[in-house]
Amino acid sequence: MKTQNQKAWFFVLPVLLLVAFNALIPMMTVVNYSVQETFGNNIFFWEGVRWFEELLNSDRFHAALGRQFLFTGIILAIEIPLGIAIALAMPRSGPWVPVCLVLMALPMLIPWNVVGAMWNIFALPDIGLLGYFMNTTLGIDYDMTQNPFAAWATIITMDVWHWTSLVVLLSYAGLVSIPDAYYQAAKIDGASSWSVFRYIQLPKMKQVLTIAILLRFMDSFNIYTEVFVMTGGGPGNSTTFLSIDLVKIALGQFDLGPAAAMSLIYFAITLLVSWLFYTLMTKDDAK
Amino acid sequence: MRKRNLIPIIYILFLMLPIYWLVAMSFKTTNEILSGFSLFPQTFTWDNYVTIFTDPSWYLTYVNSILYVSINTVISICVALPAAYAFSRYRFLGDKTLFFWLLTNRMAPAAVFVLPFFQLYSAVGLFDTHIAVALAHCLFNIPLAVWILEGFMSGVPKELDETAYVDGYSFPRFFTTIFLPSIKAGVGVAAFFCFMFSWVELLLAKNLTAVEAKPIAAAMTKTASSAGYELGLLAAAGTLTIIPGAIVVYFVRNYIAKGFALGRV
Repeated sequence: MKTQNQKAWFFVLPVLLLVAFNALIPMMTVVNYSVQETFGNNIFFWEGVRWFEELLNSDRFHAALGRQFLFTGIILAIEIPLGIAIALAMPRSGPWVPVCLVLMALPMLIPWNVVGAMWNIFALPDIGLLGYFMNTTLGIDYDMTQNPFAAWATIITMDVWHWTSLVVLLSYAGLVSIPDAYYQAAKIDGASSWSVFRYIQLPKMKQVLTIAILLRFMDSFNIYTEVFVMTGGGPGNSTTFLSIDLVKIALGQFDLGPAAAMSLIYFAITLLVSWLFYTLMTKDDAK
Repeated sequence: MRKRNLIPIIYILFLMLPIYWLVAMSFKTTNEILSGFSLFPQTFTWDNYVTIFTDPSWYLTYVNSILYVSINTVISICVALPAAYAFSRYRFLGDKTLFFWLLTNRMAPAAVFVLPFFQLYSAVGLFDTHIAVALAHCLFNIPLAVWILEGFMSGVPKELDETAYVDGYSFPRFFTTIFLPSIKAGVGVAAFFCFMFSWVELLLAKNLTAVEAKPIAAAMTKTASSAGYELGLLAAAGTLTIIPGAIVVYFVRNYIAKGFALGRV
């Protein structure tokens, strides 16, 4: 049982000040821009909700949002089951476990633009290993700078390569925490491996899977650097996800008002979906 | 060997392929790269690495990255420790709201913050300094560090605190000599995560720096575009960015699984 102690606020104060400096001031700047129009020189005009209305009715925003949800959906549908499957197949103990874990964590420790550059080099049609294999060995016409389907396939493969290990490591942490007694009981009952998974392993992994799904949702929904380096949002607009579009508007065209309005809506969607996931996945625990 | 061991092996091979290609490319001469496809470097060369280690505009960016990542890790852990202790041991007015609000900052798209951060840090005169990038990364790293440390601290029984007080320990002495050693795995894991997210993030780091504090990853993009495509050099710089992560992850290898579960298993 935790004790009631208001002095605990002093412990939290440094964190509060630092995060507030980084979060509240910029957020206020964004809110400020989102209701105004500017032509430079620090002259601003009140616009009210005009940018929000324009954005919510713009085809460009709808298209980027659609692509973003499609991308995140595909990512979750591939990485979560694949991650669980790999974690289930991993040995529970032995000298190879730390080696496996370190090797699997490696992709996550590479700077994101290096990941993009690495996959660019990997996919070059003439001299990249993947591009050469596809074009010369398999005879498939593959070039992600020309073909939208190839661009999508490469970006999805890149993300699976980059982040599936997160799901593996989380699921694995859940799996090793299951006491042997559970498996012995299941064996005595003659449970099939499917029912062991469904009634022992999956419930035990639920908490870590919640974290995995939340983190994978947030990060794939906010993806920017890798895609920017790999395709720059192209060919055409086919891989222009929300962050890429936002940076184009904010830093490319310097339309501060519309960019700020888009930032707020973007952030709100991320928060809302994360909250929905979280509530749905933890609602049984409350009972 | 059992058949199911094949799945992790195939997966790890898939992970290593693009990394192998990057490393192999870094040992090839520009001529060889441009002349066509080759699975192994035909004429093995260290030239690309020599260029990086002799040109200050290259190796200083590497130092810059390590500097701001270290500053960020130290700040994040130092402020997150007392906060995590408060969240794990006490109930206070608005604790749940505060905890959730901290976590929402982890969800913010970095793209949203690029321009306001640039203006904020320019306004306070910190633009293009290591401390600016370190502070900016605190936005993502402090909530994560608090979350992880809180998980590990909740695993330490509260009786430990009470026994120490009965034995006459003051709070600072108890915290540093008894409590910290008992959660040192948690501190290591939290530091690892701060290092990792600060090391891999580029969008904010690039836009908050110009010359003095430019990160290695930003130097890479610039040189790659200005000099046409020096793929060998690009690959060598990329390979060098993998090494710090590999070293750090080696130190926490035994706690990594628990760490990724944020101390919650």
